[in-house]
Amino acid sequence: MRISSFVRSLATRVRGIGLAPLLLAVMLAGAGFAAAETAPAADVAPMSEAHPAETPPAKPHLVTAIVYLGKDYNEPAPLSLVDKDVKDRGIQGARIAIEEDNRTGRLIGQEYKLLEAIAPTGADVAAKAKELLAAGHGLFVADLEAPDLLAVANMPEAQNAVFLDMRTNDDSLRQEQCRANVFHIGPNWAMRADALAQYLVWKKWRRWFLIVGKTPADEGYAAAIRRAASRFGAKIVGETVYSFDAGSRRTDTGHQQIQAQMPMLTQGVADHDIVIVADEADIFGDYLMFRTAEPRPVAGTHGLVAVAWHRSFEEYAGTQMQNRFEKKTGRVMTERDYTAWLAVRVFGEAVVRTGNNNPAAVRNYLLSDAFEVAGFKGEGMTFRTWDQQLRQPILIAGPRALVSISPQEGFLHPKYLTDTLGFDAPESKCPLKSQTAAKESE
Amino acid sequence: MKLLPIGILLLSCVGNAASASTIFITNEKDNTVSVLDSETLQPIKTIPVGKRPRGIVITPDFKEVLVCAGDDNNLDVIDTTTLEVVRHIDTGPDPELLDIDHKGQHIFVANEDDGYVTVLDRATGKVLSEIEVGVEPEGMSVSPDDKLVAATSEATSMAHIIDAETFEVKANILVDTRPRVARFTPDGKQVWVSAEVGGTVAVIDPEALKIIKKFGFKIPGVRPELIQPMGIEFSNDGKLAFVAIGRANRLAVVDTATYEVKDYILIGQRPWHMALSPDGKKLYTANGLTNDLTVVDVQSLKAERSVPVGRLPWGVAIKP
Repeated sequence: MRISSFVRSLATRVRGIGLAPLLLAVMLAGAGFAAAETAPAADVAPMSEAHPAETPPAKPHLVTAIVYLGKDYNEPAPLSLVDKDVKDRGIQGARIAIEEDNRTGRLIGQEYKLLEAIAPTGADVAAKAKELLAAGHGLFVADLEAPDLLAVANMPEAQNAVFLDMRTNDDSLRQEQCRANVFHIGPNWAMRADALAQYLVWKKWRRWFLIVGKTPADEGYAAAIRRAASRFGAKIVGETVYSFDAGSRRTDTGHQQIQAQMPMLTQGVADHDIVIVADEADIFGDYLMFRTAEPRPVAGTHGLVAVAWHRSFEEYAGTQMQNRFEKKTGRVMTERDYTAWLAVRVFGEAVVRTGNNNPAAVRNYLLSDAFEVAGFKGEGMTFRTWDQQLRQPILIAGPRALVSISPQEGFLHPKYLTDTLGFDAPESKCPLKSQTAAKESE
Repeated sequence: MKLLPIGILLLSCVGNAASASTIFITNEKDNTVSVLDSETLQPIKTIPVGKRPRGIVITPDFKEVLVCAGDDNNLDVIDTTTLEVVRHIDTGPDPELLDIDHKGQHIFVANEDDGYVTVLDRATGKVLSEIEVGVEPEGMSVSPDDKLVAATSEATSMAHIIDAETFEVKANILVDTRPRVARFTPDGKQVWVSAEVGGTVAVIDPEALKIIKKFGFKIPGVRPELIQPMGIEFSNDGKLAFVAIGRANRLAVVDTATYEVKDYILIGQRPWHMALSPDGKKLYTANGLTNDLTVVDVQSLKAERSVPVGRLPWGVAIKP
């Protein structure tokens, strides 16, 4: 590295940090709130003399608080030792998004703050939510599993709030269990399975051998795979349950057992083009690749996956997001970091454009034609009015490289190509649907 | 024996010099700049440059071509006579697009990863200023009178009008989602800003600092979400604007008096940036997904030819 560029990169770091105290000072000057709310204020470097004069920030006249409501769930470590066991997935994406919201806000007299409310393991998150609602908060990013999300959203006090679900995959939350106060940011199982199915059908790999784990989530994903097969003309030629007891991820002589186990699991099945694995719990999926009885690729929850974000993705300015994230956190951006980032940007987009942070106004705007959010997918993303799911292109990625992006060419839809993924209006079982339909016919 | 061929060579050079110009194209994926002869459209040279070359401009004296090498954090300076990179100018993180004032002294660079516009002195390479703008700055245009600079920030959805003398931001103007390119009209009275995801072009009055017009595009048979305006180029007389609609593989031809689309010209896939020939008769587009350059005739509004260049061609600059 040339000396000059080293000095420059050093200067960059100084000014990058320089923004944090500035924001914090502005926020503390606003409505009184606990200092622990946001902005890693540590290691604050004084602004160097070389620092350029900044344009004076416009005086904030609209302050918007976004609550990050989460819970410290006891998640198993990733099966692969290659993946770091990261404990702050999600919140790191939200922290970067709130800075971005503020970069825009500062220029138009708006200010955003992130309230991190993460309940400890086993805690009653609904009680925590009740307090926050009583304090007047109405905009929530929900990093909650389905039962907790429903418990919170069902409270009478929560009816006028807006929850952006950035965590769940469950199809039921988009169907029978949908809620008027819940919007879904990440793709659900049906969307993922459809995205994958379109690619496999495009490849003419239509004969699938499905292997399902033992947890309810595995069965949820498997159901979406069966649905996708029938929608797109693939065939499940065999299906089996992974019934072995899973061990811990670290064993000194583990590979011999797995090497014997996986062929047993995958033998004696009708001719198939690909193995589809439904292992949401991350117990055995990574073991299948290169160990199946027949030499077949693996897709599903492992192998070739359908995701909202992947480290190998660089298109549509995705590189800038990856770089921003890694520079700030020192680790790779996970899918949950992306959905949290996107959720905070969705709130930011609504309030920047309307100048109104009232939850009812935000909700109306999110469902209106005027709303769209950019998330490095090359097109504006909008919410389906019938189940409040964000429609979006989905990445098809292998372990180390992006393979494709669905929807695939040739899968048509009269309105949005992305509505070929997941539950389209006619298939929706969400009770909100009839309300939207009634509203539209008015 | 030896003299004769050289004589012919010299003659042919003189013959070409009268009309032919030299086209420079950045190839983002190849880390090269393709150099073509505008008459023959044959490659003259492929110049290796830094990593991820994107934004490209030629200096007003036509002596140097400046290329943003995003992953090297600098500008590569190509000598237009020797067609070699002769020096680098340190720009700070991830330079994407740039412009140079008409005196050829100040270079304005968008630092995409960093949220700054960096102002550089061309002669010394010294950083004159770093101007804080929004997230992911990209578009960059210096006004014809060198008094203003227009920049965009993609993730903030804003156009920034900057005083080119004091380097201070005069206004931040909210436009539609993911603004990519800002261009002053030849008379300097308007700035056109394309919003890639929003699908619109905002026309800004840089004196009043307001949007005076916003328009979108409707292409029969093309889905609205695939209509993503990108590069903007004006005809020499300022009467026409060419807007590259990247994923629709077309150029929109806009009447600048009425803001109405006169025509859509089908060209290669994902056209991004463009440049006009010095006489204003031809427009050259860099088509990222088909790895080629399309020549459009400005009079007839027809795509005449496409020629292969490197991988992921991104921007174009032309030396008369």
